[in-house]
Amino acid sequence: MTDETMESGLSVIGPLWLSAQLALITALLLIIIGAPLAWWLSRSSSRWKPAIQAIVTMPIVLPPTVLGFYLLILLGPNGALGSWWVELTGSALTFSFAGLVIASCVYSLPFAVQPLQNAFESVPSQSLEAAWTLGASKIDAFFTVAVPLSIRGFVGALVMSFAHTLGEFGVVLMVGGNIPGETRVISIAIYDQVETLNYAAAHNMSMILIVFAFAILFAMYLINHRSQSQ
Amino acid sequence: MNEIEIKHRLQKGGFKLDVDIRIPASGITGVFGESGCGKTTLLRCIAGLEDSSSDDRRPPHQRGIGMVFQEPSLFAHLSVRRNIEYGWRRSKGAQADLQHIVDLFDLEALLNRTATSLSGGEAQRVAIARALCQAPRLILMDEPLSSLDQRRRNEILPYFDRLHEEVSLPVIYVSHDIEEISRICDHLLIMDDGHIVAAGALQDVLARIDLPQLSGRNAGAAIAAKPIRYDEKFDLTTFEFSGGELCAPGRVELGAGTRLRVNASDISLCRDLPKLTTILNILAAKIDAIESESDAIVLVRLKVAEDFLIARITKRSLNELDLRVGESVFAQIKSVTVRR
Repeated sequence: MTDETMESGLSVIGPLWLSAQLALITALLLIIIGAPLAWWLSRSSSRWKPAIQAIVTMPIVLPPTVLGFYLLILLGPNGALGSWWVELTGSALTFSFAGLVIASCVYSLPFAVQPLQNAFESVPSQSLEAAWTLGASKIDAFFTVAVPLSIRGFVGALVMSFAHTLGEFGVVLMVGGNIPGETRVISIAIYDQVETLNYAAAHNMSMILIVFAFAILFAMYLINHRSQSQ
Repeated sequence: MNEIEIKHRLQKGGFKLDVDIRIPASGITGVFGESGCGKTTLLRCIAGLEDSSSDDRRPPHQRGIGMVFQEPSLFAHLSVRRNIEYGWRRSKGAQADLQHIVDLFDLEALLNRTATSLSGGEAQRVAIARALCQAPRLILMDEPLSSLDQRRRNEILPYFDRLHEEVSLPVIYVSHDIEEISRICDHLLIMDDGHIVAAGALQDVLARIDLPQLSGRNAGAAIAAKPIRYDEKFDLTTFEFSGGELCAPGRVELGAGTRLRVNASDISLCRDLPKLTTILNILAAKIDAIESESDAIVLVRLKVAEDFLIARITKRSLNELDLRVGESVFAQIKSVTVRR
């Protein structure tokens, strides 16, 4: 094996592993944050609902640069969240992995909330009322009736927010920069390789992402299809 | 006798519910009224599913009140067994005898099926058993038979008689079908526009002819009776009641007391004892009261020994026969419905 291929092998695995970690942590956090939010959106008749719904959906339509720009200010050492983080940990949130996790959570939030909200909306109110009259508290009924009936929504939210975070570029570039092992995720690494005209490495990384993206989306739709035809 | 206090007030849009009543803490109490009169809302208030002003501020799961909805509302992700166990696992204090209830509703064969694979009638049986298994102090039923066709309804009705005989639990049963109520219930509340307009023992309330809710095809009396003879040749059962005998088609097991319903439209009145007639049931009765139902129709309450019957006749016939309160007549009864 030549030095060059060794190097390109390492430079694929590092960023890929970082991306996978980021996507997994983000997806899990978004289930925890997204589930109560989606539940509220699916059951509430509050006059604030349309506004909250719009805010949650905004990351889909905004350019990642806009999101990244304001996240950079918010997470920066002088920003509201960033200064608090500096006080707490002694290090800055920007250009760090922790900062990327926060940014990814904002960026991928709609991809977790939408599938969950759709699933929760199809849980019949009467099933919940039946559970309450059978002695289940609201929390108990949520976990024993609403969640099991919304399993597809949870799978969808997990897969979509994972996949979407994996493909994140603009926000990472703005907030995280390009620090190997810390913020150099796969999409940034590909950009780097193209910049330096190293097309072979760019192909390798890109093909891995394409195959991977197809595989998890195909798996999700296959599960949906199977459970639908049952 | 022990009583249950039901006191609820609720304002919802243009609708106002205001109920303050006590019902017996045993047997099945029917709530009858036209759709939109607030029957379902009343049940939801009692269960704690509506935010009504009442003394009971507890959330639904702490009230110990079971509810059976119009649709079975089984948990689609659980088996029949897990559905039934859902309330049972969460019951506080004394636990219900699960096996007894499973036997009572013939559910043994269904236990391992998924909730979604059941027919409408089976699902509703499971829903009733599920509500019973949490050992509630009161069960509410919101038109549990209305989503079923007549055949399925007839399949499930006998289970209500079993419920009656074997489970000593007060039930509030909402329906807009007076025949169903006459068959199942012991007590009756009549509801109109968010208020209770009449309450009492089933027979007493059904004997009232002054309530618009109990006019037209809803008018009719119920009589406590006992099957005493079965005529195999003509497939007729004869019942004994305070005023004599009545017969109805079909075989009914002799002995145990039952209830007969006679619709007011199925009774005609004669001055003299009719001789050549196809009607089997003819009773001597005394006119107890007369109320006008419309310009054309009157309801006539008849007293036959201890029991009441109601006849629905035209005003013209009333005038032509010159019928007055206190006079004796013969009532021809065309059909009798039996609670089995």
